[in-house]
Amino acid sequence: MVEASIDNSIGWLSVVIAILAGVFRGSVPFLFVSLGECLTEKSGKINLGLEGSMLLGAMSAYAVSFHTGSALFGVLVAFLVGLLAGLIHAALVLQPRVNDVAVGIAMIIFSSGLAFFFGKPYIQPKAAQIIPLNFGAWSHNPQIQSALSLSPLLFVGIVLAVGMHWFFCSTSWGLLIRAVGENPVGALAMGIPVNAFRFWCILSGSGLAAVGGANLTLFYPGSWIERISSGQGLVAVALVIFARWQPINCLYASLFFGGAQALGPALQAAGVSSYYYLFNATPYILTLLVMVATCSRSGTLAYMPEALGKDE
Amino acid sequence: MDLNHVVDRIERFLLPLLSIGLALILFGFFCGFQGLNPFDVYASIYSAAFGHWSSFQNTLLRAAPLMLCSLCTILPAQTGLIVIGNEGALVVGALCATGVGIYAHTFVPFIAQLLIALAGCLGGGLWIGLIGLMRAMRGVNETISGLLLNYVAIALLNFFVEGPIRDPASLNNPASFPLAESHLLGNLPGMRVHLGIVAGLVACLLSAGLIYKTPLGFAARVTGGNYRAAQIVGLSVNRLMITFGFFGGAAAGLAGMIEVAAVHGRANDDLVAGYGYGGVLVAFVARQNPLAAIFVSVLVGGILASGGILQRVHDLPDSTVLVFQGLVFICVLWSDSFYGKLNSLIPQFIQRNRHLKFNSLHASEDVSHG
Repeated sequence: MVEASIDNSIGWLSVVIAILAGVFRGSVPFLFVSLGECLTEKSGKINLGLEGSMLLGAMSAYAVSFHTGSALFGVLVAFLVGLLAGLIHAALVLQPRVNDVAVGIAMIIFSSGLAFFFGKPYIQPKAAQIIPLNFGAWSHNPQIQSALSLSPLLFVGIVLAVGMHWFFCSTSWGLLIRAVGENPVGALAMGIPVNAFRFWCILSGSGLAAVGGANLTLFYPGSWIERISSGQGLVAVALVIFARWQPINCLYASLFFGGAQALGPALQAAGVSSYYYLFNATPYILTLLVMVATCSRSGTLAYMPEALGKDE
Repeated sequence: MDLNHVVDRIERFLLPLLSIGLALILFGFFCGFQGLNPFDVYASIYSAAFGHWSSFQNTLLRAAPLMLCSLCTILPAQTGLIVIGNEGALVVGALCATGVGIYAHTFVPFIAQLLIALAGCLGGGLWIGLIGLMRAMRGVNETISGLLLNYVAIALLNFFVEGPIRDPASLNNPASFPLAESHLLGNLPGMRVHLGIVAGLVACLLSAGLIYKTPLGFAARVTGGNYRAAQIVGLSVNRLMITFGFFGGAAAGLAGMIEVAAVHGRANDDLVAGYGYGGVLVAFVARQNPLAAIFVSVLVGGILASGGILQRVHDLPDSTVLVFQGLVFICVLWSDSFYGKLNSLIPQFIQRNRHLKFNSLHASEDVSHG
């Protein structure tokens, strides 16, 4: 009896630690891709194709790291590849009458095709990984140690989130981007080059998403397989709504989604398997409920860029 | 029929062809960089997709769910909604169909099949109807709610397939209990193609009739063309959105039911094969026209069907199909920005009333394309 209850308590403790690991380790791709989506949407365009950018970033980072032995170089190349994917997307959606939702889905198909095509030789070999920062040395529990061995990109992402908040609130360029996203016609009348702003926002957003993808293959889970992004790029769209288009909130929402993502597998490992898949759906249902609760009949959410999803 | 109208017609016919040509050229370069002769690859794709009767049957098998799924975007698009919840509607339709199929195990085949199909339509219809309802009642953006509901649907599928309706005999690849052998949809006489292609064709034709020939369809197009105007003339815009969402979802749900009752025989993870997102793209490439969607679906079905031969003959991985498909979609979507350009090339003196006609033409365009 005593032994059983000890086992049980260790089981629940490991669930908590697994969620902690999800919060700190699994959240990094969410963070980057949601910041990328946030930047894109602030300028008034949606990019569903970030899923594809992530996959391209994940693949190219792994391939470059495998050939050069430098994970840092891999991340940089991933960023550049993301910029290229963003370039195609921006070139298309900034044309008149081209629907950004449709282009996004087409870009997912195209980019994932490219990533799988060129990534095929890299499914087996092992590439150099990002060197983790260990915050768990104080504990003797190996599970806690591995949960607190964090990706340096997490801290880059945190700095980026704070920096983006400052950028949008306190710099003239940030304000101009918001103006473009709120009222493109007015912005154009002011002499702001609306399409140029959107172009650079889409490009850098896609680059950020690709860095998030690089974290998938070079840190956690740490290898290249075809299903590695598992829809995280699409979830980012939901996450940004959940975060109300605020970069700092994107950080919190990413930590939350990272934890929520780890909940299902952790419960399964602890022997609770029946509702495993329903737990996986919690972030989506929650986002949906938040939207239903906070939307108004006029169709705008508070803080939502006014021009989002509207064709001029 | 004045000159502008004729030129517009020509343009509508020419632009898709030109953009597919461009995609072929780009794909040719892609193959060229892999050290292959692009013309050999084109020939292989053509023969795998449309070359023989037997390969064309493969194409039709893949075109059927695409037709039905594209309606899930096309029908709500008439009222101005951009729905991408097709994958979710397909999965929920399949799940409902499976549930009813398991329950109706002992029924007479015809009755059971009817019930299964109804369950699929109802499940998918309510799923997208919910999206329309949330949009109408709370102003929730339908694109995003559809995206979220796709994930919820897949989670529901996994939950049911691994839990309440799991067949204990399925070990490595969890699946539901199978439908009764006699309840499965058979093939068309003398073909390997199942009834799905008939369902797809009929659904597309019915939708075209609904959109272009009935008052309900006209009301929907007015709503999509100008929401405020539709409200002012007294159309119940909310009800229209929900109704067309329901019809669209029902079509995708039927696709799910057919995948279960004609292809897999049971519900499992294989249902999430990307037909939903494929349908979204078919709808946009077909410019939200259900008749055009038939041809686009066959074309895309052909591309999908050519995966095997690219692998066998040219040693290309199956992702090559994704690259090609992506290129086609990107080029066709890009061509959308060129509509009206040809007309502006006609010298001014030939088209004295051009401004007026151009406007009236586009007013009708806006109504039909949202």
